[in-house]
Amino acid sequence: MSILIGRDTRLVVQGITGREGEFHARAMQAYGTSIVAGMTPGKGGQTALDGTVPVFDTMQAAVRETGANTSCIFVPAGGAPDAILEAVAAGIDTIFCITEGIPALDMVPVVEVVRLTGARLIGPNCPGATSPGQAKVGIIPASVHREGNVGVVSRSGTLTYEAVQAMTDAGIGQSTCVGIGGDPVIGTTFLDVLKLFAADPDTRALVLIGEIGGAAEEEAAAWAAEHLRDIPKAAFIAGRTAPEGKRMGHAGAIISGGSGTAASKVAALEAAGFRVAGSPTELPALLREAGYRG
Amino acid sequence: MKIQEADAKGLLLAQGLPVPDWSVAHSPAEARAAAESILAGGAERVVIKAQVLVGGRGKAGGVKLAGTADEAEAVAGSILGMTIKGITVRKVLVAAAADIVKEYYLSAVLDRAARRILLMGSAEGGVEIEQVAVDHPEAIITIHADPLLGLQDWQARDLAFRMGLGGHLKAAVGVARGLVRTMLANDADLVEINPLAIVRETTTDGTIERLVCLDAKVTLDDSALPRHPGLEALRDPDEEDPADARAREAGISFIRLDGTIGCMVNGAGLAMTTMDLVKRAGGEPANFLDIGGGAKADKVATAMALILEDPKVSAILVNIFGGITRGDEVARGLIEARARQTRSVPMVVRIVGTNAAEAADLLRAAKFETATSLDDAAAKAVAASRSMGTSTGAGR
Repeated sequence: MSILIGRDTRLVVQGITGREGEFHARAMQAYGTSIVAGMTPGKGGQTALDGTVPVFDTMQAAVRETGANTSCIFVPAGGAPDAILEAVAAGIDTIFCITEGIPALDMVPVVEVVRLTGARLIGPNCPGATSPGQAKVGIIPASVHREGNVGVVSRSGTLTYEAVQAMTDAGIGQSTCVGIGGDPVIGTTFLDVLKLFAADPDTRALVLIGEIGGAAEEEAAAWAAEHLRDIPKAAFIAGRTAPEGKRMGHAGAIISGGSGTAASKVAALEAAGFRVAGSPTELPALLREAGYRG
Repeated sequence: MKIQEADAKGLLLAQGLPVPDWSVAHSPAEARAAAESILAGGAERVVIKAQVLVGGRGKAGGVKLAGTADEAEAVAGSILGMTIKGITVRKVLVAAAADIVKEYYLSAVLDRAARRILLMGSAEGGVEIEQVAVDHPEAIITIHADPLLGLQDWQARDLAFRMGLGGHLKAAVGVARGLVRTMLANDADLVEINPLAIVRETTTDGTIERLVCLDAKVTLDDSALPRHPGLEALRDPDEEDPADARAREAGISFIRLDGTIGCMVNGAGLAMTTMDLVKRAGGEPANFLDIGGGAKADKVATAMALILEDPKVSAILVNIFGGITRGDEVARGLIEARARQTRSVPMVVRIVGTNAAEAADLLRAAKFETATSLDDAAAKAVAASRSMGTSTGAGR
């Protein structure tokens, strides 16, 4: 078992004929992910990845012809919200949007449509997810992973690779690693992913990698304190030394209600039973200290 | 991107919001001319406000009243050229001083957690809203606009009644809807009116009271600027560090700090982590720098130039975990940048992930100092900085 993606993942890559789309689709396929379709309007009837993947003009056709259930989007920012909505309309269950630089207000109606239809969107501006030994969707380098039982959820891209590599180097494998994305408006939160991990019998420990800003880590910690009491948990928060953010004006500071600092997140996570690392390389030792044997 | 009050008012006016007339003056003489015209129109006094992108202008003495053209010229002369939080004032806004009956607060902001546009209003306007949030959180009224349909009239009416603006219902609904319109039309993260005020105005029909936007603050979503070329023109080059402008043009996120160890990293989370670990190893980071995903050799060279421009930098730590970014591209960029750099500074390079083996070959051939783990890289960079004979800030 795993969450979000696994052996039954049938992936369609939106934007498979683009430079990034093709590069990463090749890496996903090499990892063993079942890529059943590509989609680029106007290139229907062609094939991608050396003739192994049929390309369709529309998502409806891709789903109808191949039974795709998951999509990964490498479409430029201007077209990505539309690509998400097309995937939803075609009945895709799980949509990973890798694209960065989508205007935040474009995502407001899109995440609402996704929510109303019951589909799941991860990202945008996320690195995707890997269930080691089963499937990899997105851009996380395959080499960082090892099969195992620790669920990893992170807001970052490259910081996730760093943390997962440290776990793998220490012999600690992962059930699924999920990068939820760093944009202001994202489809899936830390809390959503913790709920999925809580229901996965193969996930026996958790690692949460957060960043300063917002209150999503605190929200997830509060839930974990109540529902994930008995499994080993470790966390890392980036930005302990970052200067005061330039991001938002007055109103933004109020919404976060004074939380959002590294200190507030570390305190919330520690109160919820997470061991909080001072460096990503300490995560394996902290998991073991917390009782993880795997 | 932050924009100045006068520009923010222009965006509100374009959406039909009630904003009293204003002029922008770059010199005392221009301020005098603007004041003469406003006073001739019947105003008793004018207000002169520094146009800078930092808060707390009033407390810093950047907002003053004047009753005559002479006084306006003198006041503008005292504000122009003054420094507010490190920014030199180069422009002032001149407007008729309002006869304020009551001040309110109203803003529209993107609420990340709720993934919706949030309207926040308060009858306690004209003061810092953060303070209101601490002292009287119940005095702040919030409503989320519908994510698909936008702010509905009933929501705007509800907000107006709860703010105590029932006596100016139509105007208040118009302002609330106008804020959301301004936000959507310009891809703003924040549109804030503080104060929104009921003012007394004398007209030929006698004295009337009306609701107007006396101040305006707008923050724009940087991701959306490419589709708003007109808004990009509102960027004030006087208030932007030239290094920031070059970083932005190259697609690099760059924030200069006070330390001695220059950092070049891919990804914001890893960049912050690298800074944290430099500090943990006893050093002080000189900057936050995220070269972004998929960086090519030329971007790496630009990043290196930005770091080296800072004379405080005595060592450089390059930390790349390749995903979309390919390690060999970065290595080539570093080799190219080192060949061109004017100043010799020790550099510690760590490249892992996509094409790391190719990168390692290139770096070895070019005799770069490398590191395998992040903690090791941070320690080596701090040691290199110390050996350059500068304080790294340890123990400070």
